[in-house]
Amino acid sequence: MSDKLPNSEPIPALDQVGMSRRSFLRTSAVVASGFAALAAGLEPLRNLNDFPTLERFMQKYYKEMTPEDMARVLKRIESEVEQQYGVRPHVRDYKPMDGVEFVYCLNLSRCIGCRKCVHACVAENNQSRNPEIQYIRVLQMPNGSFDMEKAVHDYNPEQVPEKGHFYMPVQCQQCKNPPCVKVCPVHATWQETDGITVIDYDWCIGCRYCEAACPYWARRFNFTKPSIPKEKINPNMSYLGNRPRRQGVMEKCHFCIQRTRAGRYPACVEVCPAGTRKFGNILDPESEVSYILKTKRVFTQLKEELGTSPRFFYYFDV
Amino acid sequence: MKTAARNYLIFLWRCARIAFVGDWRYYAWMGVLTLFCMLGLNAYAKQFAQGLVVTGMSDQVSWGVYIANFTFLVGVAAAAVMMVIPVYIYDNEELHDLVIFGELLAVAAIIMCLSFVTVDLGRPDRFWHLIPGLGQLNFPASMLSWDVIVLNGYLLLNVHICGYLLYCRYQNKKPARWFYIPFVFTAIFWAISIHTVTAFLYVGLGGRPFWNTAIVGPRFLASAFTAGPALIILALQVIRRVTHYTITDKALLTLRSIVQVSMLINVFLLACEVFTEFYSGGLHIASSRYLFLGLHGYHALVPWIWTAITFNLTAMVLLVLPLSRSLKWLNLTCVLCITGIWIEKGMGLVIPGFIPTPLGEMAEYTPSLNETLVCFGIWAFGLLCYTIFLRMSVPILQGGISKANEKEALVNTIFAVTEAPK
Repeated sequence: MSDKLPNSEPIPALDQVGMSRRSFLRTSAVVASGFAALAAGLEPLRNLNDFPTLERFMQKYYKEMTPEDMARVLKRIESEVEQQYGVRPHVRDYKPMDGVEFVYCLNLSRCIGCRKCVHACVAENNQSRNPEIQYIRVLQMPNGSFDMEKAVHDYNPEQVPEKGHFYMPVQCQQCKNPPCVKVCPVHATWQETDGITVIDYDWCIGCRYCEAACPYWARRFNFTKPSIPKEKINPNMSYLGNRPRRQGVMEKCHFCIQRTRAGRYPACVEVCPAGTRKFGNILDPESEVSYILKTKRVFTQLKEELGTSPRFFYYFDV
Repeated sequence: MKTAARNYLIFLWRCARIAFVGDWRYYAWMGVLTLFCMLGLNAYAKQFAQGLVVTGMSDQVSWGVYIANFTFLVGVAAAAVMMVIPVYIYDNEELHDLVIFGELLAVAAIIMCLSFVTVDLGRPDRFWHLIPGLGQLNFPASMLSWDVIVLNGYLLLNVHICGYLLYCRYQNKKPARWFYIPFVFTAIFWAISIHTVTAFLYVGLGGRPFWNTAIVGPRFLASAFTAGPALIILALQVIRRVTHYTITDKALLTLRSIVQVSMLINVFLLACEVFTEFYSGGLHIASSRYLFLGLHGYHALVPWIWTAITFNLTAMVLLVLPLSRSLKWLNLTCVLCITGIWIEKGMGLVIPGFIPTPLGEMAEYTPSLNETLVCFGIWAFGLLCYTIFLRMSVPILQGGISKANEKEALVNTIFAVTEAPK
């Protein structure tokens, strides 16, 4: 930034230039306006209301936390939720039970497409209401075809079911061989011993590779800060389950960990008016799901040919 | 040891200084780039605060132009080897001194790649989860963890090679072969690997039939070795025009033959893919149908892909004709190649993989204004870096900045600071 610079090159030792007072002032002016421009450019950051505290920034990976670490984190999450939503929640870290592997069976002859499961799920799992995030997608299919490209996703008649159709709800299939777990670059999602694939929402970096990898379109991303009305908060929460998520992370169906690991049914099973949904422990030979898989002759796993081996079975009354 | 460190620091200082010195064209160019960088930074700040909702992406189409640009630029970075191979394996003299410009382009391209993946993250504040030892890098299962390693490795390799060769030239010393030749050969294989790994990022997804095909990798390489050298041909002519650095037409024509062969292979592989998809038909071609013909009344990508195909075919014909030996036509051809391949690999490869969704839903994608500004910002930043690299390296290669004139330069600076002449 000197005064006299020849325009042509090559110039030997081009940087042998001194700094006069005038050019010093000029340099300072350029630097100052550069900083001003930088500040103006970063102005939108003032709207940043969710800047991670040092404690949150440094939080350890789920599997590396000691019980004491976890207790501290759970307490912090409780107070954060209370601060944000005005409701004091009860957040626990439910562990998988020994001798349990969960399996889901869904009776396609019974589903009437009422979407009660979709909304019960949203209410139970503290999903964002605006924009609304849903874990279950119900497909309306023409009779006689399993081609999902013929499915209607936004059907909305006066009354369901409509003649000539059957309904197929799809949610996380809790694969035995989950592609989403394989592709995650930071181990933020993994399969637990009871067969549930979970996400550490505080470890996910939001690259959405799992969303691209899932053949069942079961994963959802928080494109913005989730918003849940205060009165809609479900205060019974779990760390790997339904505690409120933050902007920029993945989430998905986790078989209602906060219920099923405490001996209850998932919300979608409980709410279904048609008795379509069956849930239980496949390792227990007396369970309903064991009975269904043993006795029903026709059942299928979605996209079985991909080798993902879902723990979610579709069957018909035959 | 002490003098060595001191000499190196002086070298770095002189390089840094020269980046701020130039004629009015240089200042104007850098000013425009800085302006675009600032616009991009502003757009990114908005995205950082509000989330990726300010982009056009959705749960249906969860990757967009960020990842598209990333994919294209990995190709540009990898293509630097197409100058290295002729020089170090076939001892091509014409390209010898130009290799450094290609490798500096690779460095700038990798910087852009890393920026594009960073802006695509939902939680950039958690980037440290990717650092081995500190975080939980899922290596070797996740292809993305491979990509993190190969991209950063490639960046280091090229920084080392360029930095070392330039510093030797500065000192007027002959570079020690053992200190850079092994790295050059590693970089050749590494370049192939960065693009193969990036292809595998897509190829490895069984739930996405559009990507889940073995030909994606070879197609990536062919298109990279077309677009990359095409970009270098244009860059070299700019260098030749604005500096006094001698670059022969023969060197440009050597690169032309690389572009020529690669484009022929690229078009052939495209034809293979189109044949396989459309002749056999079946359910798996939904995405291809959407891309080339439109599906269920949705056809946002159709004009894009046919533009790309037209550009690529025109470029191929021009490259085969002797016409493109004239620089005017060659430049037109290069622009066609770069644009055609950018569309083909961006809009044509990343987006249709998501449409329809695995559940058969149709949802289209258009980048938002904010997203576009971020992209322009990163491109401007990359060009800014490349310009600075060239600003430093050309005078070094020409001897304008060397150890020999170090004393005068330093004495002048000190004298200027203490005496402050008018």
